[in-house]
Amino acid sequence: MRRAFSLNRHLAQRLGFTFITLMAIATVLPIVATVIYILVKGAPAISLEFLTGFPHDGMRAGGILPAIIGTLYLTIGTAIFSVPLGIAAAIYLSEYAADTPLTRTIRIAIINLAGIPSVVYGLFGLGLFVLFLNFGTSILAASLTLSIMTLPVIISTAEESLRAVPQAFRTVSISLGGTRWQTIRRIVLKEALPGILTGVILGLERAAGETAPILFTGAAFFLPRLPGSPFDATMALPYHLFVISTQVPEMPIQIQYGTALVLLVFVLTMNLIATVIRSRARARRQW
Amino acid sequence: MEKSLNWYEFIITRLIKASGYSAILFVALIFFFLVREGIPTFSEVESTSLLNIRWYPIEDRFGILPLITGSIIVTLGATLVAVPFGIGTAIFISEIAPRWVREILKPLVELLGGLPSVVLGFLGILVLSPFLRVFLDLPTGLTAFTGSLLLGGIAVPTVVSVAEDALDAVPRAYREGAWALGATRWQTIWRVTLPAARSGVLTAIMLGIGRAIGETMAVMMVTGNAPVLATRLGSLFSPVRTMTATIAAEMGEVASGSTHYHVLFFIGMVLFLISLGVNIAASSVVFRAKKRAERILS
Amino acid sequence: MVDKIIIEDLSLQYSDGTESLRDVSLTVPEKAVTVLFGPAGGGKSTLLRCLNRLNDLTEVKASSGRILIDGQNILDPDIDVIALRRKVGMVFARPVVLPMSIRENLTYGLELAGEKRRSKLDEAVERSLKLAALWEEVDDRLEDPAIALSGGQQQRLCLARSLALQPEIILLDEPTSGLDPISTGKVEAALVELKKEFTIILVPHSVQQAARTADYAAFFLQGELVEYSEGKTLFTAPKEKRTEDYITGRFG
Repeated sequence: MRRAFSLNRHLAQRLGFTFITLMAIATVLPIVATVIYILVKGAPAISLEFLTGFPHDGMRAGGILPAIIGTLYLTIGTAIFSVPLGIAAAIYLSEYAADTPLTRTIRIAIINLAGIPSVVYGLFGLGLFVLFLNFGTSILAASLTLSIMTLPVIISTAEESLRAVPQAFRTVSISLGGTRWQTIRRIVLKEALPGILTGVILGLERAAGETAPILFTGAAFFLPRLPGSPFDATMALPYHLFVISTQVPEMPIQIQYGTALVLLVFVLTMNLIATVIRSRARARRQW
Repeated sequence: MEKSLNWYEFIITRLIKASGYSAILFVALIFFFLVREGIPTFSEVESTSLLNIRWYPIEDRFGILPLITGSIIVTLGATLVAVPFGIGTAIFISEIAPRWVREILKPLVELLGGLPSVVLGFLGILVLSPFLRVFLDLPTGLTAFTGSLLLGGIAVPTVVSVAEDALDAVPRAYREGAWALGATRWQTIWRVTLPAARSGVLTAIMLGIGRAIGETMAVMMVTGNAPVLATRLGSLFSPVRTMTATIAAEMGEVASGSTHYHVLFFIGMVLFLISLGVNIAASSVVFRAKKRAERILS
Repeated sequence: MVDKIIIEDLSLQYSDGTESLRDVSLTVPEKAVTVLFGPAGGGKSTLLRCLNRLNDLTEVKASSGRILIDGQNILDPDIDVIALRRKVGMVFARPVVLPMSIRENLTYGLELAGEKRRSKLDEAVERSLKLAALWEEVDDRLEDPAIALSGGQQQRLCLARSLALQPEIILLDEPTSGLDPISTGKVEAALVELKKEFTIILVPHSVQQAARTADYAAFFLQGELVEYSEGKTLFTAPKEKRTEDYITGRFG
C-alpha cells in the first residue's frame, strides 16, 4: 500500500513539473519567435539607403533616417532630464531619508508614477508642456514628458544599487573624518555606478520604444527636414511604425517590417549594453 | 579648505533633498492638469449622459460605458492569460529550472518586457489577427480576444519578474523543513513556498493588471476600435475599444478646449485614479505582509 | 602620567529609553594601553563610539556627562567632529577594507582631508604600514586590491589606515576576534610598539587578551564601571568580587 502511495505522489510531481515546464516554454517561445520573425522579414528591407535616406512617396519608399535620428534625439533629451534628477532622488532615499511619513509618501508617489498609463502621460504632457508652457509640439515637450515617465524606473533601480553597497564602507569612511557627501561620492556612488547605469539604460530603452507619450507632444508623421532645435517636432521610430502599419494605404510590407526591425535593434542593443555592464561589474566587484 | 567644503556640500545636500521630493511634485502636477482639463466636462456634458452606452463624439454623445467595458473585458482576458503563464513561468524559473536555464530565461523574459508595445501591436495586426480570424472563423481578427492575448503577453514579464523575486525570497529553511517531513518538491511548491510568497505573488498579479489596464498602442492596433458595449460572452470575439485607445486615437483630431477634448481628459482622470487604486492596493498588501512578518519574527 | 581622556559621569541612552551606560567616570592616561573589558552588553563598544562621535549616526544619545580630550568636551555640539575623527582613529571588529587598492585604502583618509601632494601621501603610506608591522609584507604590491590580503593582513591594514591620519588616540573594538593566534599576536605586538607614541583604548575579545595587553584596565558590567586600576593589580588582585568572578570564569 505504501508503494502505491509514493508512486502516486511522484507521478503527480512528474506531471506537475512537465506542465509547468510547458507553460514556461509557451511563454518564452513567442518571445524568441517574435524576434526571429521580425529579423527574417525585415532584413531584406535593410540597406544603406534605408538607414540613411529620407522617405519618399508618402513614406512608401526611401529611408527612415529622420525617424532614427528623431528617436535618438528623444532618448538623449529624456536622459538629460531624468538621469540627474532620478539619481539625486535615489541618493536622497538611500542615504538621507529617515523612515518618516514624508518619506513613505515619496515612495508611494514613485510607485504611482510607475503605474500611470503611458497615454495619460501623453495627456499630461499635452496639457502642461505643449499648451500651458507653450513649448508646442516639440522635442522638448516630448522629452520632458518621457522623462517624468522614466523617472520612477531610474529611481528604483538606482536606489537598489545604492543600498546594495555595504553599510560598513560608510561607517569606515565617516570614522576617517569623511563627511556624508564625501562618503557618498567617493565610495557609495562609485560602487553603485554600474547598477545605476544598467537601470538608466533599461529605463531609456523603454522611453525609446514608447509611442503614446509622444503622440500629442512631439511626434510628427512627415517632416521635410531633420529637426533643427528642441522646439521643432520630430519623427520617431515607434510613431512611424504605428502610422505606416495602420494608416497609410498600400504601404509596402517590406518597409513596415524594416522599420520594426530597426526599432527592435535599437531597443535590443540598449538591452545588450545594459546586460554586459551588469555582468562585467559583478565580476569586478571588490565586495 | 574646510569652509569651502562645507558650503559646497550644503548646496549639494539641498539639491539632493529637493530631488527627493520631486516625485510628489510630479504626481500632484499630473493630477492637477488632468483635473484642470477634465473637470469642465461636468459643466459641458450632463453627468448622467456620461454613463450612456453610445460613444459617438461627432453627435455629441459621450457615453463612456462602452469604453469602460472595453477596457474591462480586455484587461480581464489579459489577466486570465498573464496570471497562469506568468506565475507558472516564475515557478519554473525559481523552483524547477537548473541554474543554467535560469541564467538564460531571466534575461529573456526581461527582454520581452523591453519590447516596444507598438512592435507587438504591429505583429498583432499582421500575424496574430489574421491567424485568429481563420482559426476561429470570425468576420474580423481585430477583436477583444486578440487584444487579450496580446496584452496578456505584454503583461507576462511584469508578473514573472515580481513573482519570481517573491518566490526567491522565501527562505530556504521553509523548503528544507518540508522536504525533511517527506514532501516531494512539487508538494512543497504548492503547500509551502507559494503560500509563503503569497503577498509578493499577489503584488505581481496586481502590477500585471495595472500594466494591462494602462497599455495603449498594442491594444489600439488589434482590438478593432469599435466603441460597442460588450454585453455577452460572445462580445469577446467582436471589436471593442478601450479607454486608453480612445484617448490615443481621438486626441489628435480634437480641438483644444472643445467638449470632446475635455471628455478625453476626463477619461484620463479616470485612468489615473484606477491606476492609483491598483497601486495603493498592491502596496498595502506588501505593507501588511511586512507587518505580519515583523510580528512573527520579533 | 598625563590624563589624555577624562570621562565624567557619562550616561547614555538608546532612543527607546533603555540605558546603555550609567554614570561612568574614567580617566585614560596617554601613551598607554587602557583596556575596557567585561561580558557582552556592558556598554564598552558604545563608550568607544562616543569617543569619536560615531554614535551620532546611531540611535544612542548621551543624556548626561562630559568627555574631555585634552581638556575639551567633545560632546559639545559646537566642536569640529571631522577633526575629532582624524585625531581619534578606530579599528573595527571585522576587517573592513575599502574596495580599492592597498595604497588607496591608506591614502583615503588624507585625501578626504584635502591632501593631494604625492610625496606626502607616499610618505604616509610607508610610515603607517611600518607602524602596523605590515610594510615588509605588502611593499611590493601596493597597487593590488586590498581584498586580496588575508584576514590578519586586512586588519593590520585597517590599523595602518587609521595611523595614516596621524591620530593621537587609537580605539580598537575587538580587533582580533576573527583572527587566528598568529595574526592576533602580530596585532598585539604592534600595539606594544604603538603605545610609545599613541594613546590606545582596547576592547579585547577575551579576558586573556586583556590581561596580556593592559597597562590599565576597566571592568564593565551592564553599563556600569565596576572597577578600574592598573592592569597588573586588577588581574592578580581585584578588589571587587564581581571582577574576580568574571576573571576567574565563574560567569561570562
